[in-house]
Amino acid sequence: MSELLTPSQTVGPFLAIGLPWPDGPFVVPEGTPGAITLTGRVFDGAGDPVTDALVETWQADPDGRFAHPDDPRGAVPAGFRGFGRCPTGPDGSYRIVTLKPGPLPSPDGGTEAPHLDVSVFARGLLDRVVTRVYFPDEARANEADPALASLGDPALAATLVAAPGPEGTGELRFDIHLQGDQETVFFDV
Amino acid sequence: MAVPAPAPPPRPSHPPAAGHGLAVTPYERPAGVHPPLDFAGYHSTRLRAPHRPLVLLPQRLTEITGPLLGAERVTAADADLTAQHEGEPQGQRIIVSGRVLDSGGRPVPGTLIEIWQPNAGGRYRHVVDDHPAPLDPNFTGVGRCVTDSEGRYRFVTIKPGSYPWRNHQNAWRPAHIHFSLFGRAFTQRLVTQMFFPGDPLFFQDPIFNSVPEGARDRLISRFDLGLTVPEWALGYRWDIVLRGRGATAFEQPGGHR
Repeated sequence: MSELLTPSQTVGPFLAIGLPWPDGPFVVPEGTPGAITLTGRVFDGAGDPVTDALVETWQADPDGRFAHPDDPRGAVPAGFRGFGRCPTGPDGSYRIVTLKPGPLPSPDGGTEAPHLDVSVFARGLLDRVVTRVYFPDEARANEADPALASLGDPALAATLVAAPGPEGTGELRFDIHLQGDQETVFFDV
Repeated sequence: MAVPAPAPPPRPSHPPAAGHGLAVTPYERPAGVHPPLDFAGYHSTRLRAPHRPLVLLPQRLTEITGPLLGAERVTAADADLTAQHEGEPQGQRIIVSGRVLDSGGRPVPGTLIEIWQPNAGGRYRHVVDDHPAPLDPNFTGVGRCVTDSEGRYRFVTIKPGSYPWRNHQNAWRPAHIHFSLFGRAFTQRLVTQMFFPGDPLFFQDPIFNSVPEGARDRLISRFDLGLTVPEWALGYRWDIVLRGRGATAFEQPGGHR
């Protein structure tokens, strides 16, 4: 390694002037057949909503593929953005409209259950924090997922599975607790 | 003393299902570079920094890929923050330019950079910024560009002012510009701040000083006379280095350096 990495700094309290995009929350346009809505709130260690955070998601397409040249299976043609971005509102809530990703082969053997990688940025976070969201209708796949298994505790793994929303709405709920008794599992990627 | 090697396992007659034949080269894991999440001097970390240790996630397909967002999100005008309104903003006109590289020295081309900053008086165009300095009708403080084939970027803006915040008694932020970068993989995503050389406020700024001492100066741009345009604008150069890909294949849990 010849170059020295640039350190992270917080996004600070004013990220809302620079980072939100009008189409950020819409990985696919609202009303797209099969679209799901991932929604939830971000909380701090006192249980108060974090109203100045940014939630970003990254995921495979419904076939478990990426429009990316570094996918060793080869890139699929661009079309599915795979990326979502939503600032939290006055109640700490975010909302991402997307498609459910497919399962992925894992380089160490098994199969990764459908999931989204999630980054949270906020004032008071000197670096982003990263977690994953899994799907409640994938119990068997979740059981075999290597990242969930690495937690060594099914109860902890269950906290990374979104809660189903009202029947037929295609809605999934996933709250993020930065700190406290319900602290979300965060990963070092 | 020679110890007999254990017999190799029998070779499978066909490629093993395990591994799926996927060659995934992970990105390096930074050590001694990023601030700790829990940094007492920066009071906003108190209720927001996770308390449990992070769980090592070996990089798999979702982590070694990432959004490749570029030209379609940016117009050429987005890189000139002094030309977004009818008149020119107040303040010292500057050029901020450099390269985005990975730690192996390879340029990162075609990657989206987003910046935001306060105006020359140290005021952000944001509803919660109540610092009693004037807003500038000719300055929004938001820019975007995409790196060229050599990883180069260039913004024209005005030098941001310092501003007070309430972190501690008489606390002032050193002048800085916020930078957001994607790189080409989820793993490379970086949000950071660029500072200016010789700022007298560094010593009392817990955000700048949250970075390990040996890495702090990487956040400071350098004045560059070659980048400076005569009779027009001062040039500051700042290269940004994202995590590079290691030489080892898929990492196993516990391999954290």
